[in-house]
Amino acid sequence: MNPIAKNSSDAPLMRVPEFGRAPLGSAAEKRLASLWETLPGWRGWLATVDHKEIGLRYIITAFVFLLIGGVEALVMRVQLARPDQALLTPEQYNQLFTMHGVTMIFLYSLPILSGFSNYLWPLLLGSRDMAFPRLNALSYWLFLFAGIFLYVSFPVGQAPNAGWFNYVPLSSLEFDTGPNIDVYALGMVLLGISTTVGSINFVVTLFRMRAPGMSINRVPIMVWGTLTASVGNLLAVPSVSLAFFLLWLDRQTGTHFFDVSNGGKPLLWQHLFWMFGHPWVYVVVLPAMGIVSDALPTFCRRPLVGYAAVALSTMATMLLGFEVWIHHMFATGLPTLALSFFGAASMVISIPSAVAVFAWIATIWLGRPVFTTPFLFFAGFVMLFVIGGVSGVMTAAVPLDFQLTDTYFVVAHLHYVLLGINVFPVVGGIYYWFPKFFGRMMDERLGKWSFWVMFTGFNIGFFPMHIAGLMGMPRRIYTYSGDMGWNTINMVTSIGAFLFAAGILIFMVNALISLKRGALAGNNPWDAATLEWSVSSPPPAYNFAVIPLIASRHPLWENRADEGAARSSLDEGYLLLQGRETLATTPLDARPDLILKMPDDSYAPFFLGLFSALMFAGLLLQWWDFAGLMAIAGGIALTAWMWPGRKQEQSASAMHSARDAEHG
Amino acid sequence: MAKLIPLQEPLPVGSYGKRSNGWWGLLTLIVTEGSLFGYLLFSYFYLAAQTQQQWPPDGLPRLAIPGINTLILLASSGFVWISEYCLKSKKIRSSIILMAVAILLGTGFIMIQLSEWNKKPYTMITDLYGSLYFTITGFHMAHVVVGIIILSLLLLWMMLGYFDDKRHVSVSIGGLYWHFVDGVWLFVFATLYLSPYL
Amino acid sequence: MNEIAFLGIGFPAALSNLSISALATAAEAPLNYFLHSYGPASRPTMILGWVLAVVCLAVCIIIGILLVAAITRKRQATDSRTIGREEEGLGWIYIGAGLSTCVLLALAVYAMITLNAIAKPATAPGLTLTVTGYDWWWKVTYEDEDPARRFVTANEIHIPVGVPVLIKLNSADVIHAFWVPQLAGKTEMIPGLMNQQWLQADVAGTYRGQCSQYCGAQHAHMAVEVVAQAPANFKYWQETQRQKAALSSAVSIADGMKLFMERCSGCHAIRGTEATGEHGPDLTHLNSRHRIAAGLRANTPRQVIEWVIHAQEIKPGSRMPSISLSPSEMADLAAFLATLN
Repeated sequence: MNPIAKNSSDAPLMRVPEFGRAPLGSAAEKRLASLWETLPGWRGWLATVDHKEIGLRYIITAFVFLLIGGVEALVMRVQLARPDQALLTPEQYNQLFTMHGVTMIFLYSLPILSGFSNYLWPLLLGSRDMAFPRLNALSYWLFLFAGIFLYVSFPVGQAPNAGWFNYVPLSSLEFDTGPNIDVYALGMVLLGISTTVGSINFVVTLFRMRAPGMSINRVPIMVWGTLTASVGNLLAVPSVSLAFFLLWLDRQTGTHFFDVSNGGKPLLWQHLFWMFGHPWVYVVVLPAMGIVSDALPTFCRRPLVGYAAVALSTMATMLLGFEVWIHHMFATGLPTLALSFFGAASMVISIPSAVAVFAWIATIWLGRPVFTTPFLFFAGFVMLFVIGGVSGVMTAAVPLDFQLTDTYFVVAHLHYVLLGINVFPVVGGIYYWFPKFFGRMMDERLGKWSFWVMFTGFNIGFFPMHIAGLMGMPRRIYTYSGDMGWNTINMVTSIGAFLFAAGILIFMVNALISLKRGALAGNNPWDAATLEWSVSSPPPAYNFAVIPLIASRHPLWENRADEGAARSSLDEGYLLLQGRETLATTPLDARPDLILKMPDDSYAPFFLGLFSALMFAGLLLQWWDFAGLMAIAGGIALTAWMWPGRKQEQSASAMHSARDAEHG
Repeated sequence: MAKLIPLQEPLPVGSYGKRSNGWWGLLTLIVTEGSLFGYLLFSYFYLAAQTQQQWPPDGLPRLAIPGINTLILLASSGFVWISEYCLKSKKIRSSIILMAVAILLGTGFIMIQLSEWNKKPYTMITDLYGSLYFTITGFHMAHVVVGIIILSLLLLWMMLGYFDDKRHVSVSIGGLYWHFVDGVWLFVFATLYLSPYL
Repeated sequence: MNEIAFLGIGFPAALSNLSISALATAAEAPLNYFLHSYGPASRPTMILGWVLAVVCLAVCIIIGILLVAAITRKRQATDSRTIGREEEGLGWIYIGAGLSTCVLLALAVYAMITLNAIAKPATAPGLTLTVTGYDWWWKVTYEDEDPARRFVTANEIHIPVGVPVLIKLNSADVIHAFWVPQLAGKTEMIPGLMNQQWLQADVAGTYRGQCSQYCGAQHAHMAVEVVAQAPANFKYWQETQRQKAALSSAVSIADGMKLFMERCSGCHAIRGTEATGEHGPDLTHLNSRHRIAAGLRANTPRQVIEWVIHAQEIKPGSRMPSISLSPSEMADLAAFLATLN
């Protein structure tokens, strides 16, 4: 167990990673457990940096936001079920639809995927944690606080009310004098910080934290999806944060960025918003498509068809996603030439999606499907993906978009995209990984019921919206008159919406029951191929007793699939138990590069998150001194965090103490 | 069956220069911060291109003092770079002095920039140009202030003997951030001071 | 396996039943642009819509069939632990993505041709007018080189049949969008920017339009009507609209007029009187219009008075306040407004 000290001047800082086994119950394994486990009680709860804990928190919090957004939607569907209803005032309706959009797009759809990725990445990649465990905790706390922040004015009837894309001048001080928009602007900047640090964590984790041998062409597609989304976030989120910050400056200090009477331009807002907004659409679907690409093969009993093509198409989609923001602005009076270019680009962006669709269908065709609940969700997803995709092609045709845009056709399209490509894979993913999360299987009978009710309800609810749109129903109207011809369609839509909600309810009941009474899962209940299924369910705090050596894309199928001669080594690997340690590898071919010293649990992320949120609260309430104080407090928390740590071997004194420890 | 062979070579332990996660993390931070400045400058050009008024409203900017200030900031970056180099060559005393000089130069940049702000006949809310000028330079100023705080912490840690020729990843990372802040100023400078001459 | 069959067959059938029944009633929908087009600025788009809809439905059906076939096709019994080979199946991607690319490129070209066809009218516009969006109504200005022949009306646009009309679009407050779907697609009305679009009606009739860009509290109630008339009728309408209000000096309306000047003229104009307000619609020829409150109510004397006294209940948040009037004041005002022909 002793490190093999090399006889050179820098010996204590270099070491050959110990190689061996650490079966459950062995001394090595016990030591690992004691090193990695979080303290019990509220202290551990606040200080934990365990990616699995953080991942589950992300999933549960985001799911709560899904329910809140869903209830908002149901209230709106009651209002719209029949013409000229007066259940809601226009102002209430406008706040509801705005918060519905904000909640679903910002507080549900990415955070839930971040939850999956946080939980799964280190397990998929064969690492003991993410690259920056404390940053991970910070990104969760900021997300939670930003979510609460965005809802803070809702109970008093002053929630954001200018639509989720918040066009100026409707959202400028002249036309919206309450705190509504300030809440939205500041909340989005705060949430943007959470998204950014989360993305940084994913990018560095991919490039540094893979098990040796997991070269870049062996990482699961879901990792590609989240990586691409994260890179997209790093490039796109600043745009929207800046837009909201400038709007806040306009409203608070009287600057003129969007002020028409002084040379400001409303279209600047639209450009900044959609330069972010369009890549964001891909950010919230690519990781979910990755979930399907990884999990569907398990139920087809064969690897995904066209791994490289799907991975490349994922990146191509994001790359093109940065070129097509104008297609949200076709009706703003831009020159015809520009419209043609962006219209064509918007059609081209469907090509990578076609690659993925045919890869999934070929996987099913060539495989031997096992009709479990997750399979149904993934197969259903493929159909919804296609419907959402082709309706997108229709809106990409510029002249037709002059008609379609801002009608219910677009509402239908975006719900097929966001529910079809996000919610269905997510729910399917929960059915799939629930045994890994909690050690118990979800009920199959209820599971199938939940799928069929959700799938039927979804299509009854949202398909007719296409027709409402073709019949000219504009979006964002709080009521309509009975002679427009939209009565039946709206009633059907409302019924479908409630049916869909019932499906979600069945799913939740299933999850709650299974948590207590589900059948015990074992390590690998689905006989899946990837690394997370090689550890116990739920996984131990340290994830992997030994850092495995990977020889293929499907380490758990190697003996059965025709994978060539190489075999991964899962039971025997690098022990790394002198403190919280894991292995860093080189970015492309994943050769061992460095022994990483991982941080202990820490309160710093919680307090930094809290002080940041309080600072934003101060800005909202115009308590400038308080905001300044909180900024300083946050700075102190950050300094404490960044103080060169002994355990992480960042400082020379740490080196000396390490040497002392060894020789003493 | 090919067997995977465990590593025989020793690996560095802990954060180690450009192989540390922190270095990679900062590179990604630079990507996102760089985009932020990119969008800010895009907004400037977008609004400037469509304006009806004279641009900038009070005539072409004077270049002398901002030009000198740019050189000061770049010099500061140079000193940080040499300071890190000295640290690597075990000259800790020189390293500390050079870092202190870099901080002084950075502070000098702030002072000169503040006096530039004071001399402007317009404010942030006078007109569109004022809004842009003060927001862009203010954004950059905030980065300089954060950079100075980081450099000061690095100086403190150097004096506390935390770093030596082998272990000084914080200096490499903090220094990189400072180089970014200085580099991005060149874009800000080119946009606000040089582009009106085109 | 029943469930799977439902996925493939039952479900699209149910959907298409729904679509057919919905489209059957579509003719009654005044904003339906998918089945109805009455001018060259929207007809190519409508046909493009049909082609795209057919292609897209076909894609959905083909993929649906492939998916169901992939799921249900017979397979040889094998050990459940057998794993398929990874390399197979790339042909699916090559063929699938290749065909998709061809279809998409063809559609992109077709879309560009259509865009070109509707970008400009075949002949120079015979009429130019400016529509300005307000919260939540439309000001319509008929341009003329002679300022005396220029006139302003609201919420109802008259155009001659068969003549391309250039419409300049602007906004007085927030962003709106001008959209008369059966004549042309929509264009945003952006403050500080003069957008334009053209439309043409080939058939006489009344075409409904609607603001389609969310613009605040009463976005739902911001309708506009385009009345296409035979050129002679249009000319007559135009001439009458150019007239100032022909007010009789009858005693019967004097009280109502005084009331109007005191309470209404700050926002509303009546050309030829001292009422020159510009915040609300020009009322010079109020009774020539079909509807009031941007399409919300029919223009009858009773509805007009209802609107004056209950505007905030009929259209909550509207810029028009509810005006409290005594019964005699109501009668006076009604008598006065009834003269605005």
